[in-house]
Amino acid sequence: MLAPVFFFCLFAGTAVLGALLVITLRNTMHCALALIVTLLAVAGLFVAAGAEFLAGAQVMLYVGGIMVLFLFVIMLVNLEREQQVPQTAPQWVLGLLAVLTLGGLLGVMLLRGTGRWPAAVTAIPAAVTGPGGNSERFSMELFQHNLLAFELVGLLLLIAMIGAVVLAKARGTRIEE
Amino acid sequence: MTIGTTQYVLVGALLAAIGCVGVLTRRNVLVILMSIELILNAVNINLVAFSRQWGQVHGQIFGLFIMADAAAEVAVGLALLIALFRNKATVHADEMDLLKW
Repeated sequence: MLAPVFFFCLFAGTAVLGALLVITLRNTMHCALALIVTLLAVAGLFVAAGAEFLAGAQVMLYVGGIMVLFLFVIMLVNLEREQQVPQTAPQWVLGLLAVLTLGGLLGVMLLRGTGRWPAAVTAIPAAVTGPGGNSERFSMELFQHNLLAFELVGLLLLIAMIGAVVLAKARGTRIEE
Repeated sequence: MTIGTTQYVLVGALLAAIGCVGVLTRRNVLVILMSIELILNAVNINLVAFSRQWGQVHGQIFGLFIMADAAAEVAVGLALLIALFRNKATVHADEMDLLKW
């Protein structure tokens, strides 16, 4: 049973490494590419945890949609000048201290809480994979018990889309019919 | 060594902490938005890990909703950035201080 451990470590290591690159690289375009690596590795982690549908949604939605939007905007606003100046905000020492405190608290919580939840689950439970696979279980649960929330999320996306169009539209210009 | 919930939660905590560092220390608004994506992904890892822990798909459904939220947030955030860039010609958060003083 070495394969699950190997793949978990591979994906987790890639995700954390990519995340570190996102916050350290100077060129915004390189940051976006590192973020794509992280998102793909997280999709791998989802597969390892038995969430195949969510992994597919992650690849399609994040890598295929959100990151393309990011790359588009980077190409739209990227200036050579922006990369010559320091990329770190003046309050970085305070920020780092705050996050170190937060990390310490999370570490304490993990150390003290590990024994509190039931013993480690090593196999993916059958209720998650289900008789018809993860996608069937997922959609059954989604459309039988969370239909209202699903519709509301659709409404939220519609409102966000309208808001984005209104905000990004140049002032005084009219959208041609 | 076996992979349990603890390891997943650990990865989630690491990603969230790295994302927080990015939000607090970078100047470029685009990188700040990317760090927010990192934090949201850390949340999703935790949700999937506990969905696996308890053998239920509710966590994964919540994860899908968070992904939709992230998409909405990025769309509005990037539109705001474009509107700001049109007025100030900068993508640095500390130069967008129109409401300060």
